[in-house]
Amino acid sequence: MKQEYLKYIRDNVFPTAFCPGCGHGILLNAFVSALGELDYDQDNLVLVSGIGCGGWIASPHMNTDTLHTTHGRAIPFAIGVKLANPKLKVVVISGDGDLTTIGGNHLIHAARRRIPITVICGNNNIYGMTGGQASATTPVGAKTMTTPLGNDYRPFDLVKLVKGAGGEHVYRYTAFHAMQMKKAFKDVLQKDDFSFFDILTGCPVQYGRRNELREPAKMIQWMKDNSVLYSGEYHDDKIMVGKF
Amino acid sequence: MPIEKKKTHLKAGKYFMQGDEACAEGAVAAGCTFFAGYPITPASEIMETIVRRFEEEKRVFVQMEDEIASMGAIVGASWTGAKSMTATSGPGFSLKMENLGYAIMTETPCVVVDVQRVGPSTGQATRTAQGDLMQARWGTHGEHTIIALSPWSVEEAFYETVRAFNLAEEFRTPVIILMEEATGHLRETVAVREAIEIFNRVEEGNGAPFGGEEPLDAVPPMPRFGTGHRLLVTGSTHDPHGYRKTQDRVTQERLLSHLQQKIEYHKERIVQWEEYELDDAETVLISFGFAARAALKAVKDARKKGIKAGLMRLKTVWPMPTERFETLAAQAKTLIVPEMNFGQLRGEVQRFTGGKKVIGVNRADGEVITPESILRAVEGGTSL
Ligand SMILES: Cc1ncc(C[n+]2csc(CCOP(=O)(O)OP(=O)(O)O)c2C)c(N)n1
Repeated sequence: MKQEYLKYIRDNVFPTAFCPGCGHGILLNAFVSALGELDYDQDNLVLVSGIGCGGWIASPHMNTDTLHTTHGRAIPFAIGVKLANPKLKVVVISGDGDLTTIGGNHLIHAARRRIPITVICGNNNIYGMTGGQASATTPVGAKTMTTPLGNDYRPFDLVKLVKGAGGEHVYRYTAFHAMQMKKAFKDVLQKDDFSFFDILTGCPVQYGRRNELREPAKMIQWMKDNSVLYSGEYHDDKIMVGKF
Repeated sequence: MPIEKKKTHLKAGKYFMQGDEACAEGAVAAGCTFFAGYPITPASEIMETIVRRFEEEKRVFVQMEDEIASMGAIVGASWTGAKSMTATSGPGFSLKMENLGYAIMTETPCVVVDVQRVGPSTGQATRTAQGDLMQARWGTHGEHTIIALSPWSVEEAFYETVRAFNLAEEFRTPVIILMEEATGHLRETVAVREAIEIFNRVEEGNGAPFGGEEPLDAVPPMPRFGTGHRLLVTGSTHDPHGYRKTQDRVTQERLLSHLQQKIEYHKERIVQWEEYELDDAETVLISFGFAARAALKAVKDARKKGIKAGLMRLKTVWPMPTERFETLAAQAKTLIVPEMNFGQLRGEVQRFTGGKKVIGVNRADGEVITPESILRAVEGGTSL
């Protein structure tokens, strides 16, 4: 990140609360770089988040108006901000537990209505902050605190979920795809439409340590090896990345 | 000046309307520009009236996917400078509780209407009750203070809604309007005045945007989003600039004290009640909302029979005028609290009577409490 982009980060927020190797930091970096490259007006931007480590990506790091809300409810608060003042650019950044598990209902309705907000899910496939319980995006077989023998239930495919609900401008990237992620952020920041990002951030501490991906480098490598760029064909056994 | 004299959108004069309608008209008059709702009996007519008025006036109405979302949306809207509101009944009121606490913690002005119906749970949707008095006070978790108003007539539904917005703006806090189904669906005359006084929040000023600095009871300025303040709003414990301080005992203590003192130290601006025939009263009735209508009738009937009865009617139910409870308890031979629940107000009054027993007249079967049942208690009480 360029030095001058630090204007988008509050002065007194380092060291961050994120664990070493946390992919939420890569997401934050890509988002700030997107703002920087656009020289985006930070005083016309409102970042809304829920509860969890994912909710901390924006609050307090981002040097913009920030609304750190209740668990799962970031989207309704964001809708209130956007509808009351449509001139503002409103971006929700939060975790998978927050946006898709406790808050899943709000997500599908925002997609259905195509409310002109951007929703970015920092998806680490687990409830990181509370110690590693299964979420709606935990893969089948994955070990978590609440599924020590492996998760029995199928996860949401967030791209299909949001598209199925009527959402447009739907993207997925992993922590390996920082450049592509940044470019896509730049695209949506210049539009006033609904858009959704499933960003696989990875949680080496809570997810990795239980699933043989404790080393952050190994987790990123795993993301790289298992992802395929979407070009019309969707493979359910791969991490499909790109624009959908 | 934050206080403004504003012409009402309705021409001055007499209107015949429903309590729910009057509440919505009061909101429009007060300058409410954002309403988020979800359908529920017996509160839906508020939303219905708002939809009609907001279309005419180009204000923002949104029907959300549930009451949790409605409560979240009005808090978000409030941070853009809007006066915002939601309206519901018991089941929806329960769902709003977590985000109501968020509004308290983040000092976000907004108005939440609860048109009370019979509970618990789905209960009886079209039947009246006063079972949410304590929920309004303590429904959201954690130590906190709340303002709640209780109109007893359709006309008051109009003016108390205006007052609710004014208090929300002045004290930067959610204000609850506790109505009953009986008032919400009642049709009565409302005398609309030419102009009303409204309070607009102080947006710019010295100091940080959240409480916790001395003096602790001062209400901080509330800048709006999009004006370069780069606000940090969080429901976690925060310092006056909004930085989370989730391990620090001093920050928590100061924030809690602030949230309490800004309301409790200014009770004289918030707490209102009316007194009827209390000067020489030996039997003192204390009541609120629709039940107070029956209580007043009972007082009049008792007077005709030569019984010295009087009524204190709470307009503000939270905080309560507890000092007045004490003086009335000292004066009275008999204290009676009629209400449409099993004694939620009675318990509160009882704490301030110096041991004098408070008699309850209670009804919670979905029907309105009657003057006759209250009169019987008055007669029984005085013959003791
Ligand atoms: C209503 C409510 N329930 C539970 C919690 C406890 N809680 C805090 S964070 C969290 C999980 C967050 O998980 P996720 O959104 O996936 O974020 P991560 O920490 O993994 O980034 C939970 C359940 C809460 N704060 N509020």
